[in-house]
Amino acid sequence: MIIIPPTLFSPGVVAPLQNMVLRAQTHMGRPALGGFVIKAQPHTPEDPMAQKKLAIIATKGSLDWAYPPFILASTAAALGYEVQIFFTFYGLQLLKKKVDLKVTPLGNPGMSMLGGMERFMPVLLTALPFMQRIMTAMMKAKMKKKGVASIEELRELCQEVDVKFIACQMTVDLFDIDAAAFISGVEFAGAAAFFEFAGTSDICLYI
Amino acid sequence: MTHAQELDASGLNCPLPILRAKKTLNAMAAGQVLHIIATDPGSVRDFDAFAKQTGNELTESREEGGKFHFLIKKG
Repeated sequence: MIIIPPTLFSPGVVAPLQNMVLRAQTHMGRPALGGFVIKAQPHTPEDPMAQKKLAIIATKGSLDWAYPPFILASTAAALGYEVQIFFTFYGLQLLKKKVDLKVTPLGNPGMSMLGGMERFMPVLLTALPFMQRIMTAMMKAKMKKKGVASIEELRELCQEVDVKFIACQMTVDLFDIDAAAFISGVEFAGAAAFFEFAGTSDICLYI
Repeated sequence: MTHAQELDASGLNCPLPILRAKKTLNAMAAGQVLHIIATDPGSVRDFDAFAKQTGNELTESREEGGKFHFLIKKG
Protein backbone atom coordinates (compact mmCIF):
# COMPACT_ATOMS: atom_id res chain seq x y z
CA MET A 1 0.00 0.00 0.00
CA ILE A 2 1.45 3.27 -1.05
CA ILE A 3 0.12 6.49 0.30
CA ILE A 4 1.32 9.75 -1.09
CA PRO A 5 0.51 12.82 0.92
CA PRO A 6 -1.00 15.58 -1.19
CA THR A 7 1.76 17.95 -0.09
CA LEU A 8 4.13 16.09 -2.34
CA PHE A 9 2.15 16.96 -5.40
CA SER A 10 4.62 19.22 -7.15
CA PRO A 11 5.57 18.36 -10.72
CA GLY A 12 9.18 17.60 -9.81
CA VAL A 13 8.09 15.11 -7.20
CA VAL A 14 5.34 13.30 -9.04
CA ALA A 15 7.45 11.74 -11.79
CA PRO A 16 10.05 10.11 -9.49
CA LEU A 17 7.21 8.93 -7.26
CA GLN A 18 5.49 7.29 -10.19
CA ASN A 19 8.65 5.36 -10.83
CA MET A 20 8.87 4.36 -7.18
CA VAL A 21 5.31 3.18 -7.24
CA LEU A 22 5.91 1.14 -10.35
CA ARG A 23 9.04 -0.38 -8.92
CA ALA A 24 7.32 -1.19 -5.66
CA GLN A 25 4.48 -2.84 -7.54
CA THR A 26 6.90 -4.96 -9.50
CA HIS A 27 8.68 -5.98 -6.32
CA MET A 28 5.53 -7.02 -4.64
CA GLY A 29 4.38 -8.87 -7.72
CA ARG A 30 0.90 -7.48 -7.41
CA PRO A 31 -0.73 -4.13 -7.91
CA ALA A 32 -0.70 -1.81 -4.97
CA LEU A 33 -4.03 -1.71 -3.21
CA GLY A 34 -5.69 1.09 -1.37
CA GLY A 35 -4.21 4.46 -0.59
CA PHE A 36 -3.77 6.98 -3.32
CA VAL A 37 -1.81 5.46 -6.10
CA ILE A 38 -0.69 7.55 -8.98
CA LYS A 39 -1.17 5.58 -12.08
CA ALA A 40 1.66 5.70 -14.55
CA GLN A 41 0.54 7.30 -17.78
CA PRO A 42 0.73 4.76 -20.55
CA HIS A 43 3.37 5.89 -22.98
CA THR A 44 1.68 6.59 -26.27
CA PRO A 45 4.09 6.21 -29.13
CA GLU A 46 4.06 9.09 -31.56
CA ASP A 47 1.47 8.56 -34.23
CA PRO A 48 3.48 8.11 -37.40
CA MET A 49 0.55 9.30 -39.47
CA ALA A 50 0.13 12.52 -37.52
CA GLN A 51 1.13 15.63 -39.41
CA LYS A 52 4.46 16.99 -38.25
CA LYS A 53 4.77 20.61 -37.30
CA LEU A 54 7.48 23.19 -37.77
CA ALA A 55 7.49 26.45 -35.86
CA ILE A 56 9.90 29.22 -36.86
CA ILE A 57 10.63 32.57 -35.29
CA ALA A 58 12.07 34.95 -37.88
CA THR A 59 13.86 37.89 -36.30
CA LYS A 60 16.29 39.12 -38.95
CA GLY A 61 15.61 41.68 -41.64
CA SER A 62 18.59 41.34 -43.95
CA LEU A 63 18.65 39.76 -47.40
CA ASP A 64 20.85 36.83 -46.39
CA TRP A 65 18.92 36.04 -43.22
CA ALA A 66 15.60 36.26 -45.02
CA TYR A 67 16.33 33.01 -46.81
CA PRO A 68 16.47 30.37 -44.06
CA PRO A 69 12.91 30.90 -42.76
CA PHE A 70 11.33 30.79 -46.21
CA ILE A 71 13.48 27.95 -47.56
CA LEU A 72 12.88 25.76 -44.53
CA ALA A 73 9.20 26.62 -44.29
CA SER A 74 8.43 25.93 -47.95
CA THR A 75 10.45 22.71 -47.96
CA ALA A 76 8.87 21.45 -44.76
CA ALA A 77 5.43 22.18 -46.18
CA ALA A 78 6.36 20.20 -49.32
CA LEU A 79 7.31 17.33 -47.02
CA GLY A 80 3.91 17.46 -45.42
CA TYR A 81 4.60 19.58 -42.36
CA GLU A 82 2.19 22.12 -41.00
CA VAL A 83 4.27 25.30 -40.73
CA GLN A 84 3.95 28.61 -38.94
CA ILE A 85 6.43 31.48 -39.03
CA PHE A 86 6.27 34.07 -36.31
CA PHE A 87 7.84 37.32 -37.54
CA THR A 88 9.14 39.66 -34.91
CA PHE A 89 11.39 42.72 -34.72
CA TYR A 90 13.38 43.07 -37.98
CA GLY A 91 11.87 39.88 -39.30
CA LEU A 92 8.73 41.94 -39.96
CA GLN A 93 10.54 43.41 -42.97
CA LEU A 94 10.09 40.06 -44.68
CA LEU A 95 6.34 40.54 -44.72
CA LYS A 96 6.29 43.86 -46.52
CA LYS A 97 4.67 43.99 -49.94
CA LYS A 98 7.69 45.75 -51.30
CA VAL A 99 10.64 43.80 -50.01
CA ASP A 100 13.72 45.97 -49.80
CA LEU A 101 16.27 43.81 -48.05
CA LYS A 102 19.98 44.40 -48.00
CA VAL A 103 23.06 42.53 -47.05
CA THR A 104 25.90 44.26 -45.26
CA PRO A 105 29.61 43.49 -45.26
CA LEU A 106 29.96 45.51 -42.05
CA GLY A 107 30.77 43.29 -39.10
CA ASN A 108 30.42 40.25 -41.32
CA PRO A 109 33.84 38.58 -41.51
CA GLY A 110 32.35 35.52 -43.16
CA MET A 111 31.36 37.44 -46.26
CA SER A 112 33.69 37.00 -49.20
CA MET A 113 34.04 39.76 -51.74
CA LEU A 114 34.83 39.96 -55.39
CA GLY A 115 38.41 38.85 -56.05
CA GLY A 116 39.08 38.05 -52.39
CA MET A 117 39.04 41.77 -51.62
CA GLU A 118 38.20 41.10 -48.01
CA ARG A 119 41.80 39.95 -47.44
CA PHE A 120 43.32 43.39 -47.77
CA MET A 121 40.40 45.72 -47.38
CA PRO A 122 40.32 47.44 -43.98
CA VAL A 123 37.18 46.54 -42.05
CA LEU A 124 36.48 50.23 -41.59
CA LEU A 125 35.90 50.66 -45.31
CA THR A 126 32.99 48.24 -45.19
CA ALA A 127 31.18 50.93 -43.20
CA LEU A 128 31.16 53.33 -46.14
CA PRO A 129 27.65 54.14 -47.32
CA PHE A 130 27.95 52.69 -50.80
CA MET A 131 29.34 49.36 -49.61
CA GLN A 132 26.01 47.97 -48.50
CA ARG A 133 24.36 48.91 -51.75
CA ILE A 134 27.15 47.40 -53.83
CA MET A 135 27.26 44.17 -51.85
CA THR A 136 23.48 43.84 -52.02
CA ALA A 137 23.44 44.34 -55.78
CA MET A 138 26.28 41.85 -56.19
CA MET A 139 24.61 39.24 -54.05
CA LYS A 140 21.30 39.61 -55.86
CA ALA A 141 23.03 39.26 -59.22
CA LYS A 142 24.87 36.18 -58.02
CA MET A 143 21.71 34.60 -56.66
CA LYS A 144 19.93 35.14 -59.95
CA LYS A 145 22.83 33.63 -61.87
CA LYS A 146 22.90 30.58 -59.62
CA GLY A 147 19.19 29.91 -59.85
CA VAL A 148 18.44 30.88 -56.26
CA ALA A 149 14.85 31.99 -55.86
CA SER A 150 14.06 35.55 -54.87
CA ILE A 151 12.61 36.21 -51.44
CA GLU A 152 9.32 37.25 -53.03
CA GLU A 153 9.15 33.99 -54.95
CA LEU A 154 9.92 31.82 -51.92
CA ARG A 155 7.43 33.75 -49.84
CA GLU A 156 4.76 33.22 -52.45
CA LEU A 157 5.58 29.50 -52.60
CA CYS A 158 5.19 29.36 -48.82
CA GLN A 159 1.75 30.93 -49.02
CA GLU A 160 0.72 28.58 -51.81
CA VAL A 161 1.34 25.62 -49.53
CA ASP A 162 -0.46 27.19 -46.58
CA VAL A 163 2.50 28.22 -44.45
CA LYS A 164 0.96 30.51 -41.87
CA PHE A 165 2.59 33.92 -41.41
CA ILE A 166 2.11 35.58 -38.05
CA ALA A 167 3.29 39.11 -37.36
CA CYS A 168 4.18 39.93 -33.78
CA GLN A 169 1.63 42.55 -32.77
CA MET A 170 3.88 44.11 -30.15
CA THR A 171 6.72 44.85 -32.57
CA VAL A 172 4.30 45.97 -35.29
CA ASP A 173 3.09 48.59 -32.82
CA LEU A 174 6.59 49.33 -31.57
CA PHE A 175 7.86 50.22 -35.02
CA ASP A 176 4.58 51.89 -36.06
CA ILE A 177 4.29 49.60 -39.05
CA ASP A 178 1.17 50.11 -41.12
CA ALA A 179 -0.49 46.72 -41.50
CA ALA A 180 -1.42 47.75 -45.04
CA ALA A 181 2.29 47.55 -45.91
CA PHE A 182 2.17 43.79 -45.38
CA ILE A 183 1.22 41.19 -47.95
CA SER A 184 -2.24 39.74 -47.54
CA GLY A 185 -2.84 36.66 -45.44
CA VAL A 186 -0.73 37.78 -42.50
CA GLU A 187 -2.18 37.20 -39.06
CA PHE A 188 -1.37 39.27 -36.01
CA ALA A 189 -0.74 37.73 -32.62
CA GLY A 190 1.49 37.57 -29.58
CA ALA A 191 3.77 35.20 -27.74
CA ALA A 192 1.01 33.08 -26.24
CA ALA A 193 -0.42 32.37 -29.68
CA PHE A 194 3.03 31.33 -30.85
CA PHE A 195 3.33 28.85 -28.01
CA GLU A 196 -0.05 27.39 -28.76
CA PHE A 197 1.41 26.12 -32.00
CA ALA A 198 5.10 25.80 -31.06
CA GLY A 199 4.23 23.82 -27.94
CA THR A 200 2.97 20.99 -30.08
CA SER A 201 5.57 21.34 -32.82
CA ASP A 202 8.15 18.72 -33.72
CA ILE A 203 10.76 21.27 -34.74
CA CYS A 204 11.09 24.80 -33.46
CA LEU A 205 13.66 27.18 -34.89
CA TYR A 206 14.76 30.65 -33.89
CA ILE A 207 16.28 32.43 -36.84
CA MET B 1 10.49 3.09 -67.08
CA THR B 2 7.94 5.23 -68.83
CA HIS B 3 6.98 8.40 -67.11
CA ALA B 4 3.74 10.30 -67.14
CA GLN B 5 5.26 13.73 -66.66
CA GLU B 6 8.58 15.45 -66.98
CA LEU B 7 9.90 18.36 -64.95
CA ASP B 8 12.99 20.23 -66.02
CA ALA B 9 14.46 21.91 -62.95
CA SER B 10 17.78 22.62 -64.62
CA GLY B 11 19.47 25.76 -63.34
CA LEU B 12 17.25 25.92 -60.28
CA ASN B 13 18.72 25.77 -56.82
CA CYS B 14 17.55 24.50 -53.44
CA PRO B 15 14.71 24.32 -52.55
CA LEU B 16 13.08 25.04 -55.92
CA PRO B 17 13.54 21.59 -57.56
CA ILE B 18 11.83 19.94 -54.58
CA LEU B 19 9.03 22.50 -54.46
CA ARG B 20 8.36 22.22 -58.18
CA ALA B 21 8.43 18.44 -57.99
CA LYS B 22 5.96 18.47 -55.11
CA LYS B 23 3.64 20.76 -57.01
CA THR B 24 3.80 18.57 -60.11
CA LEU B 25 3.22 15.40 -58.11
CA ASN B 26 0.17 16.94 -56.50
CA ALA B 27 -1.54 17.01 -59.87
CA MET B 28 -0.62 13.42 -60.69
CA ALA B 29 -2.35 10.16 -59.86
CA ALA B 30 -0.93 7.51 -57.53
CA GLY B 31 1.34 5.11 -59.35
CA GLN B 32 2.28 7.61 -62.04
CA VAL B 33 5.94 8.39 -62.54
CA LEU B 34 7.52 11.83 -62.65
CA HIS B 35 10.83 12.34 -64.40
CA ILE B 36 12.83 15.21 -62.92
CA ILE B 37 15.92 16.72 -64.47
CA ALA B 38 18.10 18.89 -62.24
CA THR B 39 21.55 20.43 -62.21
CA ASP B 40 21.78 21.13 -58.48
CA PRO B 41 24.16 18.50 -57.02
CA GLY B 42 22.37 18.84 -53.69
CA SER B 43 19.22 17.48 -55.30
CA VAL B 44 20.64 13.94 -55.26
CA ARG B 45 20.40 13.70 -51.49
CA ASP B 46 17.33 15.91 -51.39
CA PHE B 47 15.16 13.84 -53.70
CA ASP B 48 16.09 10.70 -51.79
CA ALA B 49 15.07 12.40 -48.54
CA PHE B 50 11.96 13.88 -50.14
CA ALA B 51 10.75 10.50 -51.35
CA LYS B 52 11.37 8.85 -47.97
CA GLN B 53 9.42 11.51 -46.11
CA THR B 54 6.49 11.84 -48.46
CA GLY B 55 5.65 8.23 -49.20
CA ASN B 56 6.65 8.52 -52.83
CA GLU B 57 9.14 6.11 -54.33
CA LEU B 58 12.43 7.18 -55.86
CA THR B 59 12.81 4.45 -58.43
CA GLU B 60 15.82 5.88 -60.20
CA SER B 61 18.54 8.42 -59.52
CA ARG B 62 21.36 8.84 -62.02
CA GLU B 63 23.76 11.37 -63.43
CA GLU B 64 24.02 11.77 -67.14
CA GLY B 65 25.89 14.41 -69.07
CA GLY B 66 26.26 16.70 -66.07
CA LYS B 67 22.57 16.50 -65.23
CA PHE B 68 20.77 14.56 -62.58
CA HIS B 69 17.78 12.47 -63.48
CA PHE B 70 15.24 11.21 -60.99
CA LEU B 71 12.21 9.03 -61.39
CA ILE B 72 9.66 9.38 -58.66
CA LYS B 73 6.63 7.14 -58.50
CA LYS B 74 3.77 8.80 -56.74
CA GLY B 75 2.68 6.87 -53.65
